[in-house]
Amino acid sequence: MHEQHPAQTTPEFLPFFLFMLLLAIVPYAAAVFMSNRKYRKWPLHRFVLWCLGALAIVAALTGPLAEQAHHDFRMHMVVHLLLGMLAPLLIAMSCPLTLLLRTASTAAARKLTAILKSRPFRVLGNPITAAILNIGGLYLLYLTDLYHLMHESILLYALIHLHIFLAGYLFTVALVYFDVTPHRFSFLYRSSVLIIALAGHKILAKTLYADPPAGVGRQEAEAGSMLMYYGGDLIDAFLIFFLCWHWYRAAGKGIRHSQMT
Amino acid sequence: MATKPATSNSAGKTGAPAVNSSRNFGSGLFFGIGLIAFMDEVVFHQLLQWHHFYDLATTRIGILSDGLLNSFAWFAAIFSLFMVADLRRKNAFWLKKWIGASFLGAGAFQLFDGLINHKVLNLHQIRYNVDLLPYDLIWNISAVLLLLTGAFILSKARTPQKKKKAGRSDA
Repeated sequence: MHEQHPAQTTPEFLPFFLFMLLLAIVPYAAAVFMSNRKYRKWPLHRFVLWCLGALAIVAALTGPLAEQAHHDFRMHMVVHLLLGMLAPLLIAMSCPLTLLLRTASTAAARKLTAILKSRPFRVLGNPITAAILNIGGLYLLYLTDLYHLMHESILLYALIHLHIFLAGYLFTVALVYFDVTPHRFSFLYRSSVLIIALAGHKILAKTLYADPPAGVGRQEAEAGSMLMYYGGDLIDAFLIFFLCWHWYRAAGKGIRHSQMT
Repeated sequence: MATKPATSNSAGKTGAPAVNSSRNFGSGLFFGIGLIAFMDEVVFHQLLQWHHFYDLATTRIGILSDGLLNSFAWFAAIFSLFMVADLRRKNAFWLKKWIGASFLGAGAFQLFDGLINHKVLNLHQIRYNVDLLPYDLIWNISAVLLLLTGAFILSKARTPQKKKKAGRSDA
C-alpha cells in the first residue's frame, strides 16, 4: 500500500525536499523585495519565521518522516504537531496577509479586504468555529475509521492533511492576532476558547492512550498520545504567551510614560 | 520612581495597590494554581514517576476533569505573570496580598487534586503498589496547610479602610 510514494522512500528525497522548500520561500521573498521598495523595511525575523514554517510543512509532508508516519503512530503524531500546530504558529507570526496586502495593487487589496470582512469569514474567524474545525476534526479523524481509511486512499490522505494545516492555521489566527484581523473578539472570550480547546486536545490524547485507533499497537499508541499531550502543551504555551503579551500591550496603552518608570 | 505617594509599605495599602486589590488577589491565585500544577507534573509525573499518565481505573469524567484543570492551570501560570508585570508598571503590585493568594490557589488546587481527582474520579493514585493511606493523608493535610497559610497571610494584608474601593476593575 505504500508503493504510491516511491520518490520518498529512496535516499534521494533531498532534491525534491529542497525544491519544495524553495517553492514555498520564493514567493514570500519576492513579496518582501517588492514591499521594501515602497514601504518601511520588512522585518527580517518575519522572513525567518516564514522559512521555518515552510520547513515544518515540507518536513511533515515529504521525506523520511512522512514515509514513516504512514505506519508508525508516533511519527504520525510528530507530523500532526508540525503540520497542525507548529507550522501554523510560525507562519501566522510571519504575517503573510499583511505582506500580501502591501504588495497587491490597491484594487486587489480592496477586494481581498472585502472578502476577509465578508460574513463567511466572520463566522470562520470566530474562535469557537475555528476550535471546532481544528479540535473537532481531530476527534473525527482518530475516533472514527477515518484514520484507517486515510492510509488506504491518497486523496483522503491529501485532504486530511490539508485540513489539519488549514484548521490549525485558522485556529491560530482566530485566537492570537499576529496578522491583519478584521473581526476581533475580546481577550476573555479568546482565552476561554483557548483553554477549552487545549483541554479538548489533552482529553483526546488521553482517550487515545486508553483506546488506540484500530490497527495501532499499544506501545505505539501510548508513546504517540503522550507526544500529542506534551507536544500540544509546549506549542500552546507559545499561543498563551503571545495572547497574554498582546493583552499586556493593549492594557498598557492608557498608561502615561511617567507612571511606567 | 513614581511621583504619587501611593506605595507606602507600612500597615495596609491605601493607593494604587488597594484599588487593584482584586487584581493582585486574582493574579496570586492564578499563579498558585499554575505553579502547583506545574510542580505536580514535574515532580510526581516526571521525576518520581509515581503518578501515572493513565491507569486502568481512570474514568472518562476523570480524563475530562484533568484535561480542563491542567489546561486552565497552564494558562493561569502564564497569564498571572503578565498580570504581575501589568501591576508593577502601574505601581500597584501588592506582594503580601499576592503571596497570600498564591498559597490559597496552590492549596485549593492540591486539595481538589487530592480529593476529587485522586479519590472521587480515580484519575490516578499518588503512588502504586504501596499502602496509599499515609500518602493520601500527607497530600491532603499539606493542601489544608497551604490553604491556612494563604488565609493567614491574606488576613495580614488588609486595607485599613473599606471605603477606598473605587470601581476601576476593568477586566
